[in-house]
Amino acid sequence: MLGLNSRDFKLFIIVCIMALVAPVLLNPFPTESALGQSFNAGYPALMQRFVIFGILAIGFNILFGLTGFLSFGHAAFLGIGSYAAVWMFKLLSYNVVPAIILSVVVAGLFAVVIGYVSLRRSGIYFSILTLAFAQMAYQLAYSVLTPLTNGETGLQVYNGDPQILMSAGDPTVPHFFGITMNGQTQLDLGGWSFTFQNGYYLAAIFLIASFYLSIRIFRSPMGLMLRAIKSNQTRMSYVGLNTKPYMLAAFVISGMYAGLAGGLLAAMDPLTGAERMFWTASGEIVVMSILGGVGTLIGPVLGAGLIKYLENIVSKINDGILHNWFAFMPDWMDNLFVTLIHPFIGKGWHLTLGLLFMAVVIFLPGGLVQGGQKIMDMFSRNKNTDAKDGAKTPAE
Amino acid sequence: MGILEVKGVNKRFGGLQALGDVNLSVQENTVHAIIGPNGAGKSTLLNVLVGKLIPDSGSVMFDGQSVLGRKPHEIAQMGISRVFQTPEIFSDLTVMENVLIPCFAKRDGAFRMHGIESVADEKGLNEQAEMMLDEVKMLDKRHMTASSMSRGDKRRLEMAMCLVQEPRLLLLDEPTAGMARADTENTILLLKDIRTKRGITMAIIEHDMNVVFSLADRITVLAQGMPLVEDTPDKIKNHPKVREAYLGEAQV
Repeated sequence: MLGLNSRDFKLFIIVCIMALVAPVLLNPFPTESALGQSFNAGYPALMQRFVIFGILAIGFNILFGLTGFLSFGHAAFLGIGSYAAVWMFKLLSYNVVPAIILSVVVAGLFAVVIGYVSLRRSGIYFSILTLAFAQMAYQLAYSVLTPLTNGETGLQVYNGDPQILMSAGDPTVPHFFGITMNGQTQLDLGGWSFTFQNGYYLAAIFLIASFYLSIRIFRSPMGLMLRAIKSNQTRMSYVGLNTKPYMLAAFVISGMYAGLAGGLLAAMDPLTGAERMFWTASGEIVVMSILGGVGTLIGPVLGAGLIKYLENIVSKINDGILHNWFAFMPDWMDNLFVTLIHPFIGKGWHLTLGLLFMAVVIFLPGGLVQGGQKIMDMFSRNKNTDAKDGAKTPAE
Repeated sequence: MGILEVKGVNKRFGGLQALGDVNLSVQENTVHAIIGPNGAGKSTLLNVLVGKLIPDSGSVMFDGQSVLGRKPHEIAQMGISRVFQTPEIFSDLTVMENVLIPCFAKRDGAFRMHGIESVADEKGLNEQAEMMLDEVKMLDKRHMTASSMSRGDKRRLEMAMCLVQEPRLLLLDEPTAGMARADTENTILLLKDIRTKRGITMAIIEHDMNVVFSLADRITVLAQGMPLVEDTPDKIKNHPKVREAYLGEAQV
């Protein structure tokens, strides 16, 4: 179906359904309940981040997952994409189409240059080169190129901007031919309330398209070549293949994905700043990939989702909420638990992430995807203990 | 005029003369063995042939074209394939994918921007790869990961990867080094089989005299970076200089 084999097609359908019904799936608890207040993630601002960073991670995985080249400066392309999109808003109009197209194109152009230079080296040297480029981009955006980037204030749209394609009745927020990104429909069902936002759905459609393209790339001759480069570069050249242009193509595709993510971030909220390119942002992309499962199709999306969930959910939990949870306990026990958990919540969410990351790397080097496979294997073994070789699904 | 002509090649590493005025002519459709004691410069010579090393002077012509200064992938595209001492295969990929990659390289050249069509849809190349695997009797293992193969199978897989490109010259770097007796015999049989079926020109570097004498049409003996003699196996066996430099110690 759609040029996919049956297993890939199933995975693709699952991702489609997840992306489309996320506003319902991510709100499992009634809105006003304590659990709902703390753990519901089905609000537009967070869901947008899930899918946009999912796109970013899918693109990163085409480079890191397939070829094993670890780019430590990928956030630069995200930032460049955002700047390009905001400039389109300033110069043309709030329509997101030119903004998103330009963000992909500009990020691609930067990727050609940065990739060409960085790919002269491999291994740790490649990583350091990409990191250096990204930090240079950050510094340029932060101070040197202030006229282009508006420095530390960040780039945004002002009333005086040309916006030459803007006509009288157009919305003054990002829109897709009149459909505003922040427009939303609310559905109340009993204690639950679900929000379906236009912007989220635009991003979700891009996620689905990005995911589809990534499956096709993984299964294409290009994907085969990239995996071969990861496996044995010596044999590649002795077979008569020039690895450089293949690597550069992967780098540029990956950079364009990041540019798309950056453009979408700007489309959801038409402002951007240099901090989007800071090296910690690049590091986060690496962590997402590894957490989810490097080189698997779905892993990076899961990793991106998990990190954004922790960032937004765990960091919201405070001592007051904890006291509420432990209210049934005697006071001394309540206080003890709150004291013990305190370092891991709120601003300490990075500590939770760090511990989780360590646990995954040590016990599940294949990431969450490997965890999922282990659980599936356990299930199928329990179900029919005499199955000949169980359900040995190759890593996806 | 041979298909491969090496003339007056010199290579120096600091104070060491690794190759001194080496001449070598490999005729089409022959198996040419290069032997010599350790440190004779066999591997250096091979690395010059495949573009990994650039000699200080001399010329290397393949089919009338110079290979010097070309990158390994360009030389491979000219029709020179190489089998390594330790099989160089794509360990993380399946056996089938290992053979498919050289098929793509042969058809599409050193680089082609492919579309997003699936590898599985390349019916012609898939058939070609399957036929090749059948020829080396590995078709039943095509879905296995290459790293899980035995040493002998890895060698046969690497050979299949080279042969599927129908090279004009196959370079073999000690193809039986470190192999058990049975594996060595199998490799000799495989090479003989390839020889009779495909008539491929081979240049082989080898330590094992058994392998050399059962395969080679001509033998060049290197010693201390210089070609000592070049002749047929029978003559080499009884050549006094060779016995002194090399065989003498081997056949006590």
